[in-house]
Amino acid sequence: MNLIENVRVAIRALLANKLRAMLTMLGIIIGSGAVVALMSFGNGATSAITEQIEGIGSNLVTLLPGRFEGGGPDAAANADPLEYDDYVSIKENVPIAGRLAPSIENFGTVVYSNNSVNAAVIASTPEYLDIRNFEIELGRPLTASDNATGARVAVIGPDLGTELFGGLNPVGRSIKVNGVFFEVVGVTVAKGGGFGGSDDENVFIPIETGYKRLYGNSMVTNGKRTVSNVIISPLNADDVDQAMVEVERLMRRRRGLKLSDDLDFTLFSQNAFLDAFSAITATLTAFLGVIAGISLLVGGIGVMNIMLVSVTERTREIGLRKAVGAKRATILTQFLIETMMLSLVGGAIGVTFGWGVSTIVRQLDILDAQVTMGSIVLAFSVVAIIGIVFGIYPAMRASRLSPIEALRYE
Amino acid sequence: MTTEDAEDYVIDGRNLTKVYTMGDNEVRALDGVDVKIKRGELLSIMGPSGSGKSTLMAILGCLDSPTSGEYMLDGEPVHALGDNALATIRSKQLGFVFQQFNLLPRTSAMEQVSMPMIYAGVRGRKRKQRAEKMLQLVGLGERMDHTPAELSGGQQQRVAIARSLANDPAILLADEPTGALDTKTGIEIMALFKRLNREEGITVIIVTHDVEVAEQTPRVIHIRDGLIEKDVINETVVDIDPDSIPAH
Repeated sequence: MNLIENVRVAIRALLANKLRAMLTMLGIIIGSGAVVALMSFGNGATSAITEQIEGIGSNLVTLLPGRFEGGGPDAAANADPLEYDDYVSIKENVPIAGRLAPSIENFGTVVYSNNSVNAAVIASTPEYLDIRNFEIELGRPLTASDNATGARVAVIGPDLGTELFGGLNPVGRSIKVNGVFFEVVGVTVAKGGGFGGSDDENVFIPIETGYKRLYGNSMVTNGKRTVSNVIISPLNADDVDQAMVEVERLMRRRRGLKLSDDLDFTLFSQNAFLDAFSAITATLTAFLGVIAGISLLVGGIGVMNIMLVSVTERTREIGLRKAVGAKRATILTQFLIETMMLSLVGGAIGVTFGWGVSTIVRQLDILDAQVTMGSIVLAFSVVAIIGIVFGIYPAMRASRLSPIEALRYE
Repeated sequence: MTTEDAEDYVIDGRNLTKVYTMGDNEVRALDGVDVKIKRGELLSIMGPSGSGKSTLMAILGCLDSPTSGEYMLDGEPVHALGDNALATIRSKQLGFVFQQFNLLPRTSAMEQVSMPMIYAGVRGRKRKQRAEKMLQLVGLGERMDHTPAELSGGQQQRVAIARSLANDPAILLADEPTGALDTKTGIEIMALFKRLNREEGITVIIVTHDVEVAEQTPRVIHIRDGLIEKDVINETVVDIDPDSIPAH
């Protein structure tokens, strides 16, 4: 008896009881659908977070004053601030650091007409916008001459623009930042989301303007201009580690730290951040996969249960088949194929269903859910294994029935 | 016994014993039965329930193996064969007809008859032709696509007989084939067995407790308590014309 005949016999047996076959498959459908859908959600979350982090800038390393590892906020607060000259020195002495920008980051009150918004004010050099991947939607970016002359010009985020101006074009209008007039010369392209605060509600001003017009002595310590942080963006991803080593060495020297001293500044790489979050989302995805896998397992047990009932119910049929010449292996194969068909057809429906759910979630813009080939292969492998593992026992029971006892079964 | 003699007997069982162990009790369902049946015979095995006749039929039909004794089927020793070898013999040499027909539900007559051929490895076209031929032989040429629910008891038993003939067996074993049928239909089925025996040369063994059935076969083996009580040749075989019985 060949495989095709066996499959036909199995299909006929399943079609003879359509409702039961459907209900049996339901567990497998839900389980495999859940594997595909939940893993696509996990992948969607991973890529969303990765995108957010990468959107901050490429190969970004941030130099901050204070020690953030284990020291807690006090250590940061008590540390010497970074100097503007640190930025100049890195720029001159560490070519591998690539592009870099110093910035003063503060919250300020931004006012236009009767509207007042508390927003992040970032005073930096013109490179800042580039390094942080901000693009200009309206007007122009900040320029080197804006910085050189300490011009009172600002580029604002699109959300801030909407909050201040409503539908009006912000470009060319005057806003007050902490009571100082600035002319809006540009609006950035919306980045969406944002990590630790929106990136679309910022006010960007030239750093010189910040020192001269806005912050005065508050950003000067011991006669030296200070900055909140310096962002560094090596040109190649491979250079990040080397750049961090060289910047650290330079900063140690500049801050007079001996080799035995702890660092009182932090070099924080975006990659480390990315790795940490990737680890979290990978765990999340695996967790979702395991939950879905458990439901698949329960579905498999349901299949076995029904197949055992089916074997008992069809005892006479099995006896008859044996009486007319079916061998043990033939009966075993027949029931195994029935279980496999239930599992695989259920798996196929479930994968399609999971795919559909994932597509709907993506279409509704809830999450950029991505169905991966891996999750489909995983779902099908588990389903196939379930088909065999949970099918083998009922099939063995069927194949071992003695023909005369089976025929006498009432 | 010479070789020629051995070939005469399609069934040659010697000292067939079947012992069932139930807890501490031994039940000797067959207690040393010798049975020889010639090719082309039509006979009944008779006995009350519990006599061992069903056990004998199971062993003769290779559905079960004897605890001891020898069984030569068509000259081949089969008493010591394993499950798979017995399945092959059942497939090629034996046809079964049961009291309860044992047809598959929701399955057409064509497919019922095809099933034993699937197990015997007969391919599609040939299988279909053979199944059609067998259904015509039992008088169901017009009802090949009907499922058991659409057939009368007699018609269902005819499908079962056609199925038993599918692989051209040497022996047809029928276990109370008329037990679930009314008198007229029972006689029709008996007439069909007699015709198959006469025209196709098939050895037909009918297991029954019904004297009226046994009266219609030329030889009757009586079994009681696991032993052959008597083995008689019917001098006056009753031959009833089914049409003489009024349908009710």
